[in-house]
Amino acid sequence: MNLRIFVPRDAGAVAVGADEVALALEQAASKRGVAIDIVRTGSRGLYWLEPMVEVATAQGRVAFGPLTAAEAAAVLDAIVTDGPHPLRLGVTEQIPWLKRQTRLTFARCGVVDPRSIEDYRAHQGYQGLERALELGSDAILAEVTASGLRGRGGAGFPTGIKWKTVAQTRADRKYIVCNADEGDSGTFADRMIMEGDPFVVIEGMTIAAIAVGASKGYIYIRSEYPHAVAAMNAAILSARRAGFLGGSSRSFDLEVRVGAGAYVCGEETSLLESLEGRRGIVRAKPPLPAHKGLFGRPTVINNVLSFAAIPFILAGGAKAYAEFGMGRSRGTMPIQLAGNIRHGGLFETAFGVTLGELVDDIGGGTLTGRPVRAVQVGGPLGAYFPRALFETPFDYEAFAARDGLIGHGGIAVFDDSVDMIRQARFAMEFCAIESCGKCTPCRIGSTRGVETIDKIRAGDRVAENIAVVEDLCNTMKFGSLCALGGFTPYPVMSALRHFREDFDPARTRLEAAE
Amino acid sequence: MTPASEPWDTARGAEIIAEHADLEGATLVILHALQEAFGYVPEPAIPMIASALNLSRAEVHGVFTFYHDFRREPAGRHVLKLCRAEACQAAGGDALVARAEAKLGIGIGNTTADNLTTLEPIYCLGLCATAPSAMLDGRLVGRLDEARIDALVAEAQR
Repeated sequence: MNLRIFVPRDAGAVAVGADEVALALEQAASKRGVAIDIVRTGSRGLYWLEPMVEVATAQGRVAFGPLTAAEAAAVLDAIVTDGPHPLRLGVTEQIPWLKRQTRLTFARCGVVDPRSIEDYRAHQGYQGLERALELGSDAILAEVTASGLRGRGGAGFPTGIKWKTVAQTRADRKYIVCNADEGDSGTFADRMIMEGDPFVVIEGMTIAAIAVGASKGYIYIRSEYPHAVAAMNAAILSARRAGFLGGSSRSFDLEVRVGAGAYVCGEETSLLESLEGRRGIVRAKPPLPAHKGLFGRPTVINNVLSFAAIPFILAGGAKAYAEFGMGRSRGTMPIQLAGNIRHGGLFETAFGVTLGELVDDIGGGTLTGRPVRAVQVGGPLGAYFPRALFETPFDYEAFAARDGLIGHGGIAVFDDSVDMIRQARFAMEFCAIESCGKCTPCRIGSTRGVETIDKIRAGDRVAENIAVVEDLCNTMKFGSLCALGGFTPYPVMSALRHFREDFDPARTRLEAAE
Repeated sequence: MTPASEPWDTARGAEIIAEHADLEGATLVILHALQEAFGYVPEPAIPMIASALNLSRAEVHGVFTFYHDFRREPAGRHVLKLCRAEACQAAGGDALVARAEAKLGIGIGNTTADNLTTLEPIYCLGLCATAPSAMLDGRLVGRLDEARIDALVAEAQR
């Protein structure tokens, strides 16, 4: 039997040389006359070890990494002779970083061939759909509600309630929309699951369609993710071919739509406008998308990770999912460790783990080896947390109580060289670039914010201008139409509150003089 | 290198528009397809889209100008996109952007005078655990350092 060697096709692995490694392995194998099958998988999410290749053995898969093309031949020799190699990491599932996770949503990611629906089905794929078809609409809604699943995009709204609203709204057509406009820096879980296990997203959306009675679904993927677009399109085609989408027997079909570089389109109503072919201008709510969404029809709009959690909930039962977590945050969260971090990657775990455990223990501190000074949780609209708040448990309510948010679960780590007034300025600048322009607090407030922070940096009436920034933040937070203007104050205010020394004009002037 | 774009041709443009005009909310799909073919969205295409979709020219122009991706004119032969978002900032991305700007003699967002290289910011490629990252003509590169950015810049000038 041919040796089966697994090499990720994940964009994060490809960006650090996975394609070259796969090619070098092929060449080394043909030179040695060794018969191998290379399976291109998703990533396991241990990015500091990428490109990480695995080989199927009697003990399970054994991993090697991080590999370069130059080392491929020597690794192949070690595989063939079962000999030692400095990059040998042992049985993949036993790597502590992976072993201590609870992988429910990401169970198959990095394991299966994302282009093979047979492989998906061989790994419990479509068991959730099978049970959903037996249960019918009301019982599916009850299961999803009982699981306690909350929207993984950031807002944390209970998924079951959203679905029930759509199910109860009468209309000639209903839509399922998957928000794959993962624009938050520090987050990449949507990209990983679409590239590594695209069928789980399709299955989740199909279950939603059965629950609410929808006939058409769209997956809106950002243009910055060409690999995910290709993976989802390929998966939709093969799901259609296998009779899981389209056709006459099933009335639900799916289509991928590609964004065009507008961050605000991650906001659900802006995304719907964009899908309709218009400028991504935020809509006022009400009406809720559940009542009047895409093309004015009742629409379930959820994040990729919310849909991806559904098949497990249906197959394993709501109780199995809800057993994990704390308080009102049930189940697991795929947390993404990013930025200046030693062990960066995807860590799926039950809610409740503390920020300090995630950054210091699991993440291993900074890559530069300097002390961690600040971590931004939840993307460009998330607060910066100082070490003093590292006891905060990963939980929607605990973060909200500390004027932060968990958002989409991304954590960007900064060392002590970070200048927090610069980060505060960037938050305002980013909001100014990306504002859709509909509401004044966001459109004007962000630009005034940049100007005022520049004045503080220049040492111009610092106390007065800090008061102006605080006032602007309040106006934006309470007066903006959506989360872009409404949450930009989180990074700005947290920088001011926890890192006030960086707003000290003496220090700012000193640096400017350097 | 990016695949060579076709020169603008009215009949070809009309064909691309007709291919997608029946989709629900087709405007973005058509703009993407035109840019894919011609390397940018030529001005004469705007009224053509408007008439195919029964929209006003202003509406189509509004959509075209709202999104960062769509180009009014062709880019340089190579497009080098450097991530400027927080995770890449934390990993030293700003200094690498400055280095690329200095090497190319242009600010980010511009094209070199010889039309070889367009340098653009991008806000997150989702490679945040192997930051800083870049995309050269669709090819992803992570774990950028000075040597890697220099190599990318050299490649983008060929």
